[in-house]
Amino acid sequence: MTILNLLFIVFLGILFFVSYFHISNLALDAYGGKSVRRYNFENSIRVIIFIAPAFIVLFIFILYPVFETVRLSFYDKFGREFVGLYNYKWAIGDPEFRRSILNNLVWLLVVPTLSTFFGLVIANLADRIWWGSIAKSIIFMPMAISFVGAGVIWKFIYEYRGPDNTQIGLLNAIIVSLGYEPQAWLTIPIWNNFFLMAIMIWIQTGLALVIFSAALRSIPKEMLEAARIDGASELKIFFSIIIPYLEQTILVIWTLITIIVLRIFDIIFAMTNGEWQTGVLANLMYDWMFRGGGDSGRGSVLAIVIMIGVIPILAWNLYKHRQEQKI
Amino acid sequence: MKKISLSSILSQLLLLFFVIVWIIPTFGLFISSLRDKDLLAISGWWTALTTTEINEIYRMSGMESQIEEDGYFKIKGTLFEENSGKKIESFGINSKKINEFKIGDIAIFKDESEVILDENGNYEWRSKSEFQKKKGKRLFTTSLSPPSFTFENYREVLFKEGIGRAFINTMAVALPSTLIPLIICSFFAYSLTWMRFYGRDTLLAIIIASLVVPLQMSLIPILTIYNDFGALFGVAAKSYPGVWMAHTGFGLASTTFLLRNFLKSLPNEMMEAAKVDGASHYDIFLRIIIPLSIPAFASIFILQFLWCWNDLLVGLVFLDQVPSEIILTAKLKELLGSRGENWEILTTGAFVSMTVPLFIFFALQRYFIRGLVAGSVKG
Repeated sequence: MTILNLLFIVFLGILFFVSYFHISNLALDAYGGKSVRRYNFENSIRVIIFIAPAFIVLFIFILYPVFETVRLSFYDKFGREFVGLYNYKWAIGDPEFRRSILNNLVWLLVVPTLSTFFGLVIANLADRIWWGSIAKSIIFMPMAISFVGAGVIWKFIYEYRGPDNTQIGLLNAIIVSLGYEPQAWLTIPIWNNFFLMAIMIWIQTGLALVIFSAALRSIPKEMLEAARIDGASELKIFFSIIIPYLEQTILVIWTLITIIVLRIFDIIFAMTNGEWQTGVLANLMYDWMFRGGGDSGRGSVLAIVIMIGVIPILAWNLYKHRQEQKI
Repeated sequence: MKKISLSSILSQLLLLFFVIVWIIPTFGLFISSLRDKDLLAISGWWTALTTTEINEIYRMSGMESQIEEDGYFKIKGTLFEENSGKKIESFGINSKKINEFKIGDIAIFKDESEVILDENGNYEWRSKSEFQKKKGKRLFTTSLSPPSFTFENYREVLFKEGIGRAFINTMAVALPSTLIPLIICSFFAYSLTWMRFYGRDTLLAIIIASLVVPLQMSLIPILTIYNDFGALFGVAAKSYPGVWMAHTGFGLASTTFLLRNFLKSLPNEMMEAAKVDGASHYDIFLRIIIPLSIPAFASIFILQFLWCWNDLLVGLVFLDQVPSEIILTAKLKELLGSRGENWEILTTGAFVSMTVPLFIFFALQRYFIRGLVAGSVKG
């Protein structure tokens, strides 16, 4: 496809949706409003015009697939024959699956916790320093770049050359200058997971940071002043006032990062492709979507396991939404 | 008083530490992308910032370039490329003793030919007898190299490695994938906020639930739909419109949710007044909602655009990995596999992929942060 063709279909694609709304609404405007009956009819048609595209997309891309994935998890690799719990049994017995779910759990434990913690500490530090906003910008910047881009950045840092060569990877250069042997960091099982998690923490701390920065402004200044006058140390203020005050925000950020980490795929796919025991569920699922011509049954089971991870958050969100509606 | 200043210094140092740790990875990538590829392969990027000592091996010209002068056969030439800025410290004629001679020394080979070298790399190699070999002898140099940067890697990556085309492809994916959800979700959010109809609350609850559904739940069924659709109509199953709609689907819940939160904050009286004046919902939408929502649109546009630009999984599953369709992230991943040792290509490619996000980040940071703070919850 030439670039000109590409431009043309991009234009056409956007134009399609704009003209759908414009033409249908203008037609309706021309028809309706002249009598009460027509007015009511106009309004109900209008609702359909307004919500139809979004609803169709929502149905095709979210609602139907959720049920279809559940159905497929009980079927064979082609989605044709019912096999009961076979795919689930396979998953439980599969060492790759167990490794992945274990890795996922460690990711879920480490990344949201450390990102939230660093975000909170940095937001608190930057709040009191005149060059704080520049510092925040810099720490926030990784949020803008892709996981794959971040992967390249960090792969360069973890780069390994044999002990006789000059190390061009920063980490190994530091290690060697301290007198240790260089290591191929990404191939050391168990530990390599933490080197991958470092990338995610590097990215997500920025997210925690900006939200905390906004939340910190809501803490009454008088309260902090009073504590300082009473002689409380900054550490004491941090643990006794700021953390309790931001409890809700901490929870929100923690869940936010948890959701992102749960479906983490790109970093591992780009860095190790799940080798050296670094696989996680999303990678295993991608693998099974195409391995041996694809196995929709096993792939679906893996998707459902990821989904199960978010169900508590989903329920909690719905509960909160109900509460808000009542008010 | 003293205690306060001490703690202030400590917190400044701590923050400085965080800033350095956070900036160094990206900075290293950027510096590396501007370095000469041969230097990049043998020395750390931090050495590029200062004058460094490098050891190199050069070969002098062979017999074709010899001239006869003052009773000698001479071969003259230069080791370095023009304007390299390198200054030779010492040199050698034997790989075991690479620092044997200083500038000004006369080095004598086994065949009794002699060579003198100046610090800019110009050499004069002379012999009483005629030179017989096609290839010249090797010189081992130790020289000081000043920091030097080049755009050569960018030229190579953009035009030879296909990153340039991938950049355009990514734009062709990301732009409609941002605008389409923005268009359809603004109508959707409007109707969820300001129109009364049966099932509205249920629809809203579905949106809230969809916010956290991981996109993995959708991949297999949608891929099946696309394949069936492609087979039915005899067209390619994976295509740009397919990717746009997939991104629209996955971004729909969060876009609608954010827009609705914004619309809810607008005063009801304004809509009522417009309605009394006989405006239809579409009039209200065009004349009142859109102008008021520009800042909200900007925030959501940036979030969704960055999401689509940086996405790998959707582009991997719903596009063919061919030059006319491959997106930047997928291309980078491919290069990581095939050119894993060519750091000049990887660092430059990665930096090219980051230009657009970084531009948006620095130019529109305010809107970006506003969008994130408003609650970027995305499955």
